[in-house]
Amino acid sequence: MTSACGNCLRRAHLIARLAPRIAGALQGPRPPGTSLLALPDAQLIAAVLGHPEPGVLAWLEAFDAVAARAAVREADSWALCPHASGYPAGLGQLTDPPAVLFGRGRQEALEQLAETPAVTIVGTRRPSPYGSEMAHAFGRALGVAGVVVVSGLALGIDGDAHRGCVDADGLPIAVLAGGPDIPYPSRHRWLYEQVRSRGAILSEFPPGQRAFRWSFPARNRIMAGLAGTTIVVEAAEPSGSLITAEFARELGRTVGAVPGRVTNRMAAGSNRLLQDGAAVITGPEDVLDQIYGVGARPRPEPRLPDDEGLRAVLTAVEEVTDPAEIAARAGLDAAEARSALGRLEAEGWIARDALGGYERRVL
Amino acid sequence: MLASVATFAIEGIASREVSVEVDVRRGLPTFTLVGLPDRAVREARERVRAALLNSGLDFPQQRLTVNLAPAHVRKAGPGFDLAIAVGVMAATGQVPKQPLESCALYGELSLSGELRRGRGALAVALGARDAGYARLAAAPGDAGEAALVSEVEVIPVESLEDIARLLRGERPAERASPRPPRRRGPEARLDLADVRGQEDAKRALEIAAAGSHNMLMVGPPGAGKTMLARRLPGILPPPSFEEALEITRIGSVAGIGGGELVSERPFRAPHHTISPQGLTGGGLTPRPGEVTLAHRGVLFLDELAEFSRPALDALRQPLEEGRVEIMRGQRTIVFPARAMVVAATNPCPCGRPADACSCDAVLLGRYARRLSGPLLDRIDLVCRLGPVAPLELVREVEGDGTSRRVRRRVLAARERQQRRLEGSGALCNGDMDGRLTRRTVRLGRRLRARLASLPDPGLLSGRGHDRVLRVARTIADLDEREEVGERDLDEALAYRLGAVAAAA
Repeated sequence: MTSACGNCLRRAHLIARLAPRIAGALQGPRPPGTSLLALPDAQLIAAVLGHPEPGVLAWLEAFDAVAARAAVREADSWALCPHASGYPAGLGQLTDPPAVLFGRGRQEALEQLAETPAVTIVGTRRPSPYGSEMAHAFGRALGVAGVVVVSGLALGIDGDAHRGCVDADGLPIAVLAGGPDIPYPSRHRWLYEQVRSRGAILSEFPPGQRAFRWSFPARNRIMAGLAGTTIVVEAAEPSGSLITAEFARELGRTVGAVPGRVTNRMAAGSNRLLQDGAAVITGPEDVLDQIYGVGARPRPEPRLPDDEGLRAVLTAVEEVTDPAEIAARAGLDAAEARSALGRLEAEGWIARDALGGYERRVL
Repeated sequence: MLASVATFAIEGIASREVSVEVDVRRGLPTFTLVGLPDRAVREARERVRAALLNSGLDFPQQRLTVNLAPAHVRKAGPGFDLAIAVGVMAATGQVPKQPLESCALYGELSLSGELRRGRGALAVALGARDAGYARLAAAPGDAGEAALVSEVEVIPVESLEDIARLLRGERPAERASPRPPRRRGPEARLDLADVRGQEDAKRALEIAAAGSHNMLMVGPPGAGKTMLARRLPGILPPPSFEEALEITRIGSVAGIGGGELVSERPFRAPHHTISPQGLTGGGLTPRPGEVTLAHRGVLFLDELAEFSRPALDALRQPLEEGRVEIMRGQRTIVFPARAMVVAATNPCPCGRPADACSCDAVLLGRYARRLSGPLLDRIDLVCRLGPVAPLELVREVEGDGTSRRVRRRVLAARERQQRRLEGSGALCNGDMDGRLTRRTVRLGRRLRARLASLPDPGLLSGRGHDRVLRVARTIADLDEREEVGERDLDEALAYRLGAVAAAA
């Protein structure tokens, strides 16, 4: 159902129309503390184009809200403006909330946001196997716990988190930088369909609009606004994930980060967040603690294999990934080490990446 | 006057009898060659004419017709020269026809009338044996090779003049003896001790050699992947006589043999720019490709990810069935191709260690996809090579002969396999097909349950299941145990390809 008022739709379409020119304008000088996207229409046009453009003003005059609503319906999408019920309250705190949220999938998912806690999970597009595993485990555990999982459907951490949530049959929400009807990145088309059928796909761009460079950080503010908690799994410095965390911090939301390997450049940003005081997240339980309060839920004891030799190998896997190095750490010869690794993998303690490096699985 | 002489045409790695019919009659002096000759065969006319005249023999100034029968088989190469020249001699009464009934001829002529070495002498001798010829006359360079077929009396012939005397009975027919086998080449003398560290990869190499399993080495440049692969011939068991004959025959057809029975398994390392035809064989007159040249030996694919996708895809059938089929017209030519594949690759396109790697997800994904697919599915053992620690490089080698010790274990394991597989058609664990594998490798109920309850079903599906069983069998063989135990199975599982790559 499309419930967006004409003014809001016009505003959203104006931004979409100016989108190709906004990239340059974002870099230009503007009064401190003022977001470009928060400017009134006329000033926005002047700021983006440099001068009042009669063509754009005339287009603005002639904007046909009825046709715009029809186009949204045509794209099997829906639209919500802040004046409609169901517009996520969390976005209201942004200095520049999206004029209209265009979406696909289940619109009820947004109403659920009022009652159910939501967690935004973001991170690098090229995670380590450990990062992938963590993101997937978080998505799954939070999905099982009935928490809404918000992310950006990007390659890497975002996609892993969504996949985990989908695996758990949870409620995922994806916020895209382009129109809601364009699966982006295209490699996640399958995941897009999964998220759409279980939860919702959101965007501040109308259907059919492609993404721009600046619209990725812009959609990060929406992700930060939608959830009460933002978790960064692995993020480089600087990165979009840190922008999301910054938005969340400005909004006074909880920001957490998963500790990463110190030598991993892809975890430098998330580790910095920890130094700056973000909540240390070592497992999905920590996220649930942040939401429901410490101890509100029982925390499972960490499990270990019964066999002492296997425990030694498992400890080695936590430190290094190469079978040869694992063997050296555990003090075993190559055959013994491989044998133990096969056993541990068969029992689900460890996993291998595409080319044979080992990682401890999150249990 | 009409004369008929028997010779052989190479087809694949076999040969097919061709009879050369020569007709000489009065008329304008012409020389016509019919029966689907290719260019090299048609040029035989010039060589034959010059060779005969230069040998002091007579070339008829008459109408000369040569037919190569059967007429529908395409004839290629210069190997028909000798038969045509002798046919002309017989048709003009310069030599008696009777000795030619039981003697096949094979060889290329030089203009002086001397015989040159050709390709495929062993295949010709085997063809002559199967066609029931008692004798084969061939160039001295070919005779040693052809003499490996003991059922045929191979007579070395120096020149046209020489064969004329032989056929007239003016000189004795001295039988050629097979050339002594070559000593082990430099490749086989490389020692595993030269490669420092990398115990995990060495263990995988030993298992691969013991059961002839396919193997993939993943590691950064300089870790020793190529060095390890080059040391594989040194730990492989020597070929049996039948295997050696097959290998020699292929090398002979391809023109790469030295004329003697090979004593070691081939090691082929084609460059990654090779075409699909180069790998599997092909051409108008099909020639064996690298996978056939590596038959009963090792096909080493260095920089696996750099090979073209069509080339790797072309390896699919050979690896599965152990042979290559090439269709030419209505005929199918079959090349044997039971090679053990050893591949090496960098872990990522930039080749740097994991924490300094600068490849992004898209690039890594593309790289993994290039590696994956039909070939990776047929890999039994994947091992990782870490960068070599500087300490390892300066450490003295503890003592040579590592390869000799490993080879002894490999040999013992192969003997166990041969005893077990006697009469099944397979020579080692890697040769076993799915049914034979399940019949040979029986697991206890507990181990079966273990395999069935793997957390990640992608780890072991269908083909993968059989491959793990085969490797586990080989590991037990190396340990001289008849029963496949829990530890063998675990080790085999750990060398199995990561599920991610197998599924990609």
